[in-house]
Amino acid sequence: MKKIFQVIIILTLIAFLPFAGKSQCKSFAKKVCKLELSPYIHDGNFNAAILTEGEDAELYKTFYAGQNYRIYICGSDALPEIEFQVLDVNRNVLYDNRKSNYSNLWDFKLEASQQLIISLRVKSGEGESEELISGCVAILFGIKENASE
Amino acid sequence: MNSTPVLRKAIKYFAISLSIAVISSCSSDKSKTSDSDDTVTLDSLEINEQLIQDVKTVKEIFYSLPSPLETAMILKQAGAKYNEELLNPVDNVSRYVTNKSMALNLGIYTTDLSYASLFDQTQATINYMNASKKMAEGLGILNAIDEDIVERLEANINNRDVIMDIISETIMNSSSFFEENDRQALSTIVLVGGWVEGLYIATNLVGSDADLENNELVNRIIDQKLTLTTVFNLLNQNQDNEDVKNIITNVNELKAIFDKIEISTSKIEPVTDEETKVTTLKSKTKISMSPKTYSELKDKIKVIRNNYTL
Repeated sequence: MKKIFQVIIILTLIAFLPFAGKSQCKSFAKKVCKLELSPYIHDGNFNAAILTEGEDAELYKTFYAGQNYRIYICGSDALPEIEFQVLDVNRNVLYDNRKSNYSNLWDFKLEASQQLIISLRVKSGEGESEELISGCVAILFGIKENASE
Repeated sequence: MNSTPVLRKAIKYFAISLSIAVISSCSSDKSKTSDSDDTVTLDSLEINEQLIQDVKTVKEIFYSLPSPLETAMILKQAGAKYNEELLNPVDNVSRYVTNKSMALNLGIYTTDLSYASLFDQTQATINYMNASKKMAEGLGILNAIDEDIVERLEANINNRDVIMDIISETIMNSSSFFEENDRQALSTIVLVGGWVEGLYIATNLVGSDADLENNELVNRIIDQKLTLTTVFNLLNQNQDNEDVKNIITNVNELKAIFDKIEISTSKIEPVTDEETKVTTLKSKTKISMSPKTYSELKDKIKVIRNNYTL
């Protein structure tokens, strides 16, 4: 019987967690992540979710020729490192942060406009613990006018 | 027969867990208005193995359209000039009374606001911030556009970086408000409104005698064929919404014209500058579009945009 009550508690918490999480995520993205975009200007789009270790996410976006971009992947402190890759539409890898010591930002520009995929994965925690850690992960984009202007 | 005490106990547990959840939810609302928390650490949950497996298979997918600010920057980078006559007059705000028209015109006015501010048009920037604020108020987006935002804008009217930051924050607050309140359909409509406005401004800034093959603005307009897939994916996520259904029809009409444009791209080669650490994605694009197709596209965009603003 005790198990049933535990399940009820867990299900209730899970049902309400997204509402609390979404609000916290916005605050986290605004107060912590946005600062890291400087000197790029945040484009204003809000892409954030509560992710659990081992979980992955993908974002599809067109990037335009002539613009300077910064991608910043921002995860809450409690989470393990976040792996992220930038892929073209054929899923060829253009950038992999594992080759850059898990850097959470990447600056780039394009000669021709492209649709790209940002693929990220929260690494699984070490050990065999059943305790899963969740936290906010935000994908932010900074844009910058060309210096020549 | 002994179900009553069990039921009572179950209700007690449910009430306790509900209270915990409500308190947790309320406290996060507080943090939203005060913005006082710097980090987020959600409680870990002890969950059984099956649930662990279920969570591991979940995958979040985001589709991101160019924001109004990015749209304005793309236009400027492509050599656009400022033409206030192309913008949706702020006097039109009183026309918009439905959620759909307010959401579309929040996107449209925010794009106009971004465009005006990038060209240092101080009075137009203030006017379009006011128009955006009215749309946001109509949609019930509390706190998205602060009461004092126009004053902040006026106080920093000669500081473009601060103005850009205020606009960026306004866009983020609006979109996150919709997300937090499960009004994703409206969030998508705002973005599509801004996207259509960007296309409308761009197509009207290309002169009738322009060389379509060597014009950066035309290239950025054609690039929207790439974005079209993202527009559809976003709209399809909310296709049960009646307002979204109408917009899907409009976007399908645009797609029929974009389908006549051929774009082929070479393999992308990333090259990183060791000094600046900036990577250039090198590739070449080949575009094939007839003047007739461009004319059709321009006309269709005008019809759709006027349908949204008039």
